Amino acid sequence: MIVLDGIGMTYLADSGPVEALRDIAFTVDRGELVALVGPSGCGKSTLLRIIAGLRPATAGRVAVDGRSVTRPIAAVGMVFQAPVLLKWRRIVDNVLLPAELAGLNPSEYRARAGDLLRLVGLGDFGDKLPRELSGGMQQRAALCRALLLDPPLLLMDEPFGALDAMTRDELNLELLRVWGEGSDQRKTIVFVTHSIPEAVFLADRVVVMTPRPGRVASVVPIRLPRPRTTATRASADFGALTLQIHDILSRPA
Amino acid sequence: MKVRALRRHTPSLLLFAALLVIWQLVPPVLKIREYLLPAPAAVVRAALSFSIPWHTHLWVTAIEILGGFALAGAAGVALGVAIAWSPTIARALVPFLVFVNTLPKVAVAPLFLLWLGYGILPNLLIAALIGFFPVVINTAVGLTQVDDELLDLGRAFGAPTWKVFLKIRLPNALPYVLSALKITATAAVVGAIVGEFVASQAGLGMVIVNAQTNLNTPVAFAALLWISIIGLALYGAVGLAARWWAPWADTT
Ligand SMILES: Nc1ncnc2c1ncn2[C@@H]1O[C@H](COP(=O)(O)OP(=O)(O)OP(=O)(O)O)[C@@H](O)[C@H]1O
Ligand SMILES: [Mg+2]
Repeated sequence: MIVLDGIGMTYLADSGPVEALRDIAFTVDRGELVALVGPSGCGKSTLLRIIAGLRPATAGRVAVDGRSVTRPIAAVGMVFQAPVLLKWRRIVDNVLLPAELAGLNPSEYRARAGDLLRLVGLGDFGDKLPRELSGGMQQRAALCRALLLDPPLLLMDEPFGALDAMTRDELNLELLRVWGEGSDQRKTIVFVTHSIPEAVFLADRVVVMTPRPGRVASVVPIRLPRPRTTATRASADFGALTLQIHDILSRPA
Repeated sequence: MKVRALRRHTPSLLLFAALLVIWQLVPPVLKIREYLLPAPAAVVRAALSFSIPWHTHLWVTAIEILGGFALAGAAGVALGVAIAWSPTIARALVPFLVFVNTLPKVAVAPLFLLWLGYGILPNLLIAALIGFFPVVINTAVGLTQVDDELLDLGRAFGAPTWKVFLKIRLPNALPYVLSALKITATAAVVGAIVGEFVASQAGLGMVIVNAQTNLNTPVAFAALLWISIIGLALYGAVGLAARWWAPWADTT
């Protein structure tokens, strides 16, 4: 479970201080999938880094599973906004990187890496170098890398932003499977996206943020039935929720 | 692949052949004397002649060049790693290295001679001195130009610094180092020859100096030919190494 309490973040840039986040407070329950939407530059990536313990907030407090976050937290899968693969490693070896970094034996994860690559449609690309893949394919490989060690917590920063609509919809369904939709062994996921329909489709709750400095404008519960399917997108409730969030976002702050 | 490589080099090969033909045919027509501009055939004849112990000179110069290159590479990488490792070391070392690099190496050569006497060593050191700087800089840059996210990944998985260094920073730096070594390869040739010009008992640079005083220009050109063969071989070897070890980076 993630608790954010009064989080503020002010960057000290050369041009002066930049207040990225102000007084962010919400919680993410264990096994919950929370989507984060907000205009560009409102501090979504910053907030993910703060949750992961990769950057300290300048105000407030973060706790994950009851422990205060003061350094990088373990057992987290990160998907960054850019794929950031190692250019010199084949895709499968990129996916295996977390095992190596964590001091585990990578050969024990080879089969799993192959399964994950097949899951995202990259089964035939394990032996390629990153530059031989399109941006969207690289991003999918980065997703596999985040999933390799089967972390209970996933922090995902616009993981499907570079994908075409159809692949994105497919991977959304795949993500719900990975998450454990319908089981009681679900992961906890914080998912940043620019796409309101994507947020509504995936999430249990959508946290809507204001322009910079990012604050919580509203937390919208998504009570659409699960498991979500392609039909979910066609429902009237889906449309209504999408519209509601759209209105919150375009409301003057 | 082979055919494509051949086709890619066709223009430069053709130009080279054309220049050779012109060089061979034009001077006699214009009555240019051989000691001013020997014809290619005369140069090749001199280069293969037994009246000059080419193998000794080649050996000496090659040792100076390769030794200087290896020393520049090793010292350059070591210094680059030190600079990338600690900002304090960087602040201490960089101004000093910049100073050493701006010294005119030709002016240092007589000092090396004074300290070390005649022989291979002073010339090898000049070759190293002239070529080490780009390696230092590129090593340091390659080790530090790493995406923040990759370093975050290392921290997120609790990887120790040495592991991040070994698995992320070092491979990232490899193409940078290799492209610096191409510059070093050419610089080492210049350094070795400059050293031999100043003082030496053997070596292709010395052959040029002697040939010049005797107006034996074909031999000077022949020495030049041998020097360029060593230089090209070294440059080509570095290029091949870059393709082999860093195929992900297009260093040309
Ligand atoms: N390292 C940094 N130094 C200074 N300012 C920064 C830094 N990182 C981010 N910022 C600023 O903080 C604000 C929030 O940035 P952040 O990347 O978190 O936004 P975002 O919501 O993820 O945007 P996007 O949707 O475009 O990815 C921006 O105004 C940005 O300029
Ligand atoms: Mg962002």
